[in-house]
Amino acid sequence: MEYFFLLLSTLDSTLRVATPLILCAMAGIFSERSGIIDIGLEGKMLASAFAAGSMAFVSGSAWIGLLAGISISMLASLIHAFACVTHRGDQVISGLAINILASGLTVVLGIAFFRQGGQTPHLSNSGRFMSIDFPFSESISKFPFLGPIYSDLIGGHNLLVYLAFLSVPVTYYIIYKTRFGLRLRAVGEKPMAVDTAGISVTWLRYRAVLCAGLLCGVAGAYLAIAHGASFGREMSAGKGYIALAAMIFGKWQPRNTLLACLLFGFLEAISDRLQGVPLPFIGEIPVQLMQGLPYILTVVLLAGFIGRAIAPAAIGQPYIKER
Amino acid sequence: MSTNQIDKGREKSLPLNSQSKILELKNITKRFGPVLANDNVSLDVIEGTIHGIVGENGAGKSTLMSILFGFYQSDNGIIKVFNKEVIINSSQKAISLGIGMVHQHFMLVPTFSVLENVILGNENGSILSKNLSSARDKLIKLSNSFGLEVNPDALIQNLPVGMQQRVEILKSLSRGAKILVLDEPTGVLTPQETEALFGILKSLKEQGVTVILITHKLKEIMAVTDFVSVMRNGKMVSNLVTQNTSTGEIAELMVGRKVLFSIDKKASQPGDTLLQVSNLNLTKDDGHQVLKNINFHLKAGEILGVAGVAGNGQSELLDSLSGILPIKEGSIKIMDQEIFSQNEMDPKEIRKLGVSHVPEDRQSRGIVLPFQNRENSILGFHYLDKWNKGIFLDNSKISSYLQNISEQFDVRPNNPFLKSANLSGGNQQKLVLAREIDSKPKILLVGQPTRGVDIGAIEFIHKHLIEMRDNGVAVLLVSVELDEIMSLSDRIIVMNNGEIVGEVLSKEANEKDIGLLMAGVKS
Amino acid sequence: MSKPVTLPRWIDILLIPLLNLLTAFVVSGLVIAALGENPFFALSVMIKGAFYYPGSLGYTLYYTTNFMFTGLAVALAFHARLFNIGGEGQAYIGGLGVAVFCLSLDHYLYSWIVVILAIFGASIFGATWALIPGYLQAKRGSHIVITTIMFNFIAASLMVYLLVNVIIEPGQMSPETRDFKNGVGLLQIHKALNFFGIPSTATPLNLSFLIAILASIFVWLLIWHTKLGYDIRTLGNSETAAEYAGINVPRTIMIVMCISGALAGLVAVNEILGVHNRLLLGFTAGYGFTGIAVALMGRNHPIGIFLASLLFGTLYQGGAELDFEFSTITREMVLMIQGLIILFSGALAYMYNPIVEKILINLIGKVKD
Repeated sequence: MEYFFLLLSTLDSTLRVATPLILCAMAGIFSERSGIIDIGLEGKMLASAFAAGSMAFVSGSAWIGLLAGISISMLASLIHAFACVTHRGDQVISGLAINILASGLTVVLGIAFFRQGGQTPHLSNSGRFMSIDFPFSESISKFPFLGPIYSDLIGGHNLLVYLAFLSVPVTYYIIYKTRFGLRLRAVGEKPMAVDTAGISVTWLRYRAVLCAGLLCGVAGAYLAIAHGASFGREMSAGKGYIALAAMIFGKWQPRNTLLACLLFGFLEAISDRLQGVPLPFIGEIPVQLMQGLPYILTVVLLAGFIGRAIAPAAIGQPYIKER
Repeated sequence: MSTNQIDKGREKSLPLNSQSKILELKNITKRFGPVLANDNVSLDVIEGTIHGIVGENGAGKSTLMSILFGFYQSDNGIIKVFNKEVIINSSQKAISLGIGMVHQHFMLVPTFSVLENVILGNENGSILSKNLSSARDKLIKLSNSFGLEVNPDALIQNLPVGMQQRVEILKSLSRGAKILVLDEPTGVLTPQETEALFGILKSLKEQGVTVILITHKLKEIMAVTDFVSVMRNGKMVSNLVTQNTSTGEIAELMVGRKVLFSIDKKASQPGDTLLQVSNLNLTKDDGHQVLKNINFHLKAGEILGVAGVAGNGQSELLDSLSGILPIKEGSIKIMDQEIFSQNEMDPKEIRKLGVSHVPEDRQSRGIVLPFQNRENSILGFHYLDKWNKGIFLDNSKISSYLQNISEQFDVRPNNPFLKSANLSGGNQQKLVLAREIDSKPKILLVGQPTRGVDIGAIEFIHKHLIEMRDNGVAVLLVSVELDEIMSLSDRIIVMNNGEIVGEVLSKEANEKDIGLLMAGVKS
Repeated sequence: MSKPVTLPRWIDILLIPLLNLLTAFVVSGLVIAALGENPFFALSVMIKGAFYYPGSLGYTLYYTTNFMFTGLAVALAFHARLFNIGGEGQAYIGGLGVAVFCLSLDHYLYSWIVVILAIFGASIFGATWALIPGYLQAKRGSHIVITTIMFNFIAASLMVYLLVNVIIEPGQMSPETRDFKNGVGLLQIHKALNFFGIPSTATPLNLSFLIAILASIFVWLLIWHTKLGYDIRTLGNSETAAEYAGINVPRTIMIVMCISGALAGLVAVNEILGVHNRLLLGFTAGYGFTGIAVALMGRNHPIGIFLASLLFGTLYQGGAELDFEFSTITREMVLMIQGLIILFSGALAYMYNPIVEKILINLIGKVKD
């Protein structure tokens, strides 16, 4: 029975750790499927977290915080698109610039506004997305096994967690079942085909990158005003890069990427629990190995040892109307 | 002689009958820098016909069609569609006017299905699923009515090239194209697929679609077209009724009665066989066989010209001989060294054997544009001891070398530190030639030596090639310029569709016959 | 915008980069002003902090050293058109190389021999860490940008593990090794100056600065004066020309990454051997990423890299002074300025080109009239 609760709490943790990963990875899918490399997921998430944390405090409303986070993240996306699509700048450098800019600006503004060493002030419950209990959780939880699964694993998370999981089928639907998605995928594979069909490559890519901004915005808000109760410096802690790895691991497809995010989230969740606990036969697994595993797995995939990760064909190449 | 006078060298309009003109191009001129791609070109196309446009590479056909499809804007002239003057400034506009284009390199998304490619840009609503089934029905109906059977769900990357082309055609038709332009459609097709395409074109005509067929292959012109217009050097040279003309006549118009550069050359004195190519076959990754059973030899002291329209395997032949492409099937023997798939040699090793290479594309292979002249003067030879002092490049020696060969080969300006990108095309080519010739090779491979080069430089380059041959070098000359081949070569082989379709001694050679061979018409 | 060939060289090399830099500073100034502080005063504080106070120059040059190493690393790879983002990880693992040699040999050999071996160790370890992504790109086509980013994180995990569990000084709380014994370390410049009777404040500036200058000369010679450099530049400009010239592309990629990694590894020589004299966590402190900005601004040439490194060294040291002087501004301001510089000098590098071209054409037109 003890193992059951251990597993349950680990899975519970997994879902919460995976949430920002899923959102950022879906964001990455929008951007990269349209042909624009997005290293800046980390920076957008961080900037959004700061905006959300600040505005949620100032307004007392979590929703305003969420809106602020999304706006800032989309602004960063706009800059990225401006540099990469309009000016055909290097997409990797632009993403890096956004990350470093976010790291610096969030703390600078944080100290200027709140004087708390880069943190935003602690939020009261109204400024946060609190956990939502499913109906009758209290009574159902008393049932063996299925009860706690209902009330604690599936229920009891905050709104943004559910949004994150919802974003996967929504992303899937948009990318594969709408006209916008068809054109987005086309422009990431062969922009010339889109251009000769009379569609604007530029406008398409701008929209894709803005979608990415929106999702990263939710991810950042989650960190500061749902999962946590304030913004702290560097709180994205590399999650944007793990999301990038998950997206590549998931071969730029929403469903596989979700699985990759859950896998990486699971790794982080059990690494905390396994700390100091020797496993049978293997002994103690170093927590750093668990932390490094998502990255190691991605490299192994890229090296072609577990199947091939084929990126959208036109990725990273600025579109120039050459004749 | 038919009732239609065939006028060489002067424009003539087609006899008008009661059918209407669906498209009129009048006095179209387009200049790209110094190059006059279209020189006062006029063209009338009659509705419901198949109209061919022929010409050699660089004749101006593709430019004309690009203007029609909105990729470029002409400098002068007007376009009339259905008797209404129009301005076509984008593909969107062209499509809306009913002009559809099947490009030489398909504009299809490889990872999409046929259906997805056809509806791209014409999805009829923002939610796909609602319209997918109706789009599918439309597509099937369309493909059946034109005899263009396709599997709507097949992925493009899995389809053979002939099928992909059908999808390109269907794309245009599904957007209501009344004029369908096909740009060199058979270059990538097998003979069977080509036959199938002819059937499709005839069926399109029956359904009232007007077809413009751009090609250099005369067999196709005779097989399917009603009218044919001949372009040469940017001008529209003649407009003919197909059934009243012949491949021979068209070939002459295409190639023209030029005054050959009368180069004074002595009779060749061929020596030993230095290069022997046996059963060379090469198939690309996409399954397309680009070299078929190539067999020939090359002797010291002779120039062997390889004639043919671009894209018939000559580039792959040069790349195989120079070591850029590995030999998979067959073998080549350079002096005493035999090279086949087991003992691959890279370009460096082949250079060491005494083979130099003037590549077809000087800007992407022959020189590194951002490099200075002196750096380009040793490209491919930079590892040699003579250019190195210990571990360092002997820069002063290299600079004086450049000055030296620039003077010998008239490269202007003679400046070791000038970036080669700033040299004119002719001077860039002279630099490449200088480098390759000065390495004192035994075999010289040359591709398109005078492409984009001014007249003065052309004469100079030709003179040097003859000189090489007189000094006992074996020269392989690949060129799309037939007059260049004919004036320089001692022997000529003609390549078409990856095969050698003819070999002839140049003194017995006849322009017309070679032209026919080049155009795929077997004698 | 694809870079036009038409602009004269001095505009390309000098004017446009200065314009980009100026834009970054102007935007930074606006942010500072928005915070209620005087940007010009802030600027003067930074410059004073970087050069004027006793010891400032030493600190500035000490930071410059690190940026030179990582900048050269990125620039070298860039000449082969390879984007080495892994400088951070390569420097970190370079530190491991230093520690391995010092900790095992400092009791047994003369200190100067150990130092030389340690420098060698830093390079070798850094090179190896870069070779793996290099190999994957050359032989398996794995995109080097992604793999080097991943390897940064793998290096971090690896080093934390080693420092916490394996090579930690027993009984110590913080994850560090013991000090290197027997005086193993690089000569600190202020000590040398004091020895010669020149009074000098203590700063971390050490002999690594001279190693960095040597490395710059080495890179300059390599790229423009050797066969290998010729191969590298040809490959970086045109892969087709490289094929034509018989250059072994996969081999060249791997060699470039090795040398690049070795250069990044030398950061450890400055930090571990020259300053801390023991291995500790996180000594790479973002130097790897800044190296990218430095290479970009320096247009991948050692002289430009030196100047850009000096600029960033000034920013870092001056930034510390900003922190000291203003309650509202901290060192993170430097990060922000850095991000803006990368944005305007990197991603938007050619933003001003069309405007400048137009102005130029108008000017020339006026002159002609």
